[in-house]
Amino acid sequence: MTAAPIISVQHLTTAFGTHVVHQDLNLDIYPKEILALVGGSGSGKTTLLRQILGLDDPQGGVVKVFGRPVRDYTGQDRIALTHRWGMLFQAGALFSALPVFDNIALPLRELHHLPETLIRDVVLMRLSWMGLTARDADLMPSDLSGGMIKRVALARALALDPELLFLDEPTAGLDPQRADEFVELIRVLHRELGFTVVMVTHDLDTIGALASRVAVLAEKKVLVEGSLQTVMATKHPFIDAFFHSERGVRALGATAAKDVNHGKP
Amino acid sequence: MRLIYGFPIFCMTLSSTSSQPDNPIVLDDRVCRLSGDWNAQALAVSGEVYRRVAQLARARPAASWDLTGIAKFDAVGAQLLWKRWGAVLPQGIALTDSQRALFDVLAEYPVEQAPAAPAPQLFDWVRRIGHGVFVGLEHGLGLLRMLGALFWDLGRLLMRPSRGPWREISAQVYRVGAQALGITALVGFLIGMVLSYLSAQQLAVFGAGQFIVKLLGVATVRELGPILAAILVAGRSGSSITAQIGAMRVTQELDAMEVMGISHGQRLILPRVIALAIAMPLLVLWTDAIALIGGMVVAKLELDLTMQWFFGQLPDAIGIKNYWISIVKGTTFGAWIALVACHFGFRIKPNTESLGRGTTASVVTAITGVILIDALYAMLFDEMGI
Repeated sequence: MTAAPIISVQHLTTAFGTHVVHQDLNLDIYPKEILALVGGSGSGKTTLLRQILGLDDPQGGVVKVFGRPVRDYTGQDRIALTHRWGMLFQAGALFSALPVFDNIALPLRELHHLPETLIRDVVLMRLSWMGLTARDADLMPSDLSGGMIKRVALARALALDPELLFLDEPTAGLDPQRADEFVELIRVLHRELGFTVVMVTHDLDTIGALASRVAVLAEKKVLVEGSLQTVMATKHPFIDAFFHSERGVRALGATAAKDVNHGKP
Repeated sequence: MRLIYGFPIFCMTLSSTSSQPDNPIVLDDRVCRLSGDWNAQALAVSGEVYRRVAQLARARPAASWDLTGIAKFDAVGAQLLWKRWGAVLPQGIALTDSQRALFDVLAEYPVEQAPAAPAPQLFDWVRRIGHGVFVGLEHGLGLLRMLGALFWDLGRLLMRPSRGPWREISAQVYRVGAQALGITALVGFLIGMVLSYLSAQQLAVFGAGQFIVKLLGVATVRELGPILAAILVAGRSGSSITAQIGAMRVTQELDAMEVMGISHGQRLILPRVIALAIAMPLLVLWTDAIALIGGMVVAKLELDLTMQWFFGQLPDAIGIKNYWISIVKGTTFGAWIALVACHFGFRIKPNTESLGRGTTASVVTAITGVILIDALYAMLFDEMGI
């Protein structure tokens, strides 16, 4: 990891009233990696994601995206920045008044001047990547199943070929088979298109299948970051409960078993 | 051909590596060389796509392609070239690894053509008129059914009053009644003043200034007060009831209630209808009183009628029967507004547009209905001779 970080969170402090969520939190995210943010409920994973996106302001510290504080992007710069990232919201956040096609076409139409024929080709191409058909393009978001909502939302997040993709609980609410398919889809697209992924997730299967690096949020900071093995070798009550539980061992299989042995010789 | 860069839609300050040569497409006899940016942002300049497509079309079929000079490339640019090539990579193409990966994805997931749009039908407008009639009938039927269910629920409430939703009813009375006192007072006062000004001018011409009491009193209590209060309440509380029930549909709260065996009629419709039927007549009387005070103030200013005299004349001028008419109208309008608001609330589908449309339809239907009911009452009372 010698390249310059694409996102750099420095000395971040967040508090809701008197409840401190982050204190002096530091985190660097490097190009082309898939970073999983892991932490208990209320550890401020989603809040951190929102602060990186500039949706929320931290009380202290700075969040740098592409080398510049995210708050410094204003006007045209901010618009240009938003074309370089995409976000998959937990519940999809599809525009419920627009059909699937228009949802995916919206970011392209917002560029203005792209001919409608090209937009149509690009939208149908994205749908085909997601395993959806041209017939699905006319459906309204309320007619979609949970898995389809995630796929359409991912297609919309990828509409402008972003360099950075944020995923908030990408597999939450999907059945195991759909979740596996969705993870595989992200993995293939990441391999082919080479974007950087920052994801918040609780799902050990997703972490095991996707993450190239894991950062654990606990005690108001990044407790430990590194490969899954490094993280699992760390002694901490949260990590024990999260990764070495019966569920964790089952999900991570051999990795977990091996590392448990390493941790307790 | 020069590209129009620095176009206001886009500034490329972020892309440090992008270098835009004068011409992104260089054709010679054998090789077609592409350079510059081929991403969505670069193509999103007025006419740019058409220019590039026209230029690409001039490349010879046998020409080989060189894409290695491209600085920024994405799926939008790739799609443009892919279409030009007829969805196959041409022979002897020079690509970077990432470009090849992108074209591999395009080849792997072919774009299927959308089914043709259905042909426009002749006499479509006839079908639409018929559809409109059926929708109207459906609404009427739905309202009638809801009214029937309401009487059923009301009967059950009277049988076992101890299990009634009294807390909900009192909360609703406060929300639709007490909290509407300010706005109804303001509007009532202003309308009373305006009416008094207009009447005073006309009556002064005939020297019949003292008849203003009768004119204002009857007009306000019998017609204006109920209508004014109903329009304000329909806009204020009707819309909020529809939006609230609609939002409960969106968040599946309605389904949750049904699963728990809690009746929508008992817990949502009945309390709102009862609350509005109680609060509306009181609001009507309040609006009447404030409008008459507004009229009284103007009568003092314009016709020099003292307030004591005006006040003293009111009981004879209006008469108790007009007050009862006012109260009956208030109750009917209140129940109608609540019923319509609930009806449209339950019909909202779980999306934002339906929420907006349902709320509009609720208010428009409620106000139109209020005026229609008012006209029916006018005919009824005329027949009865009161």
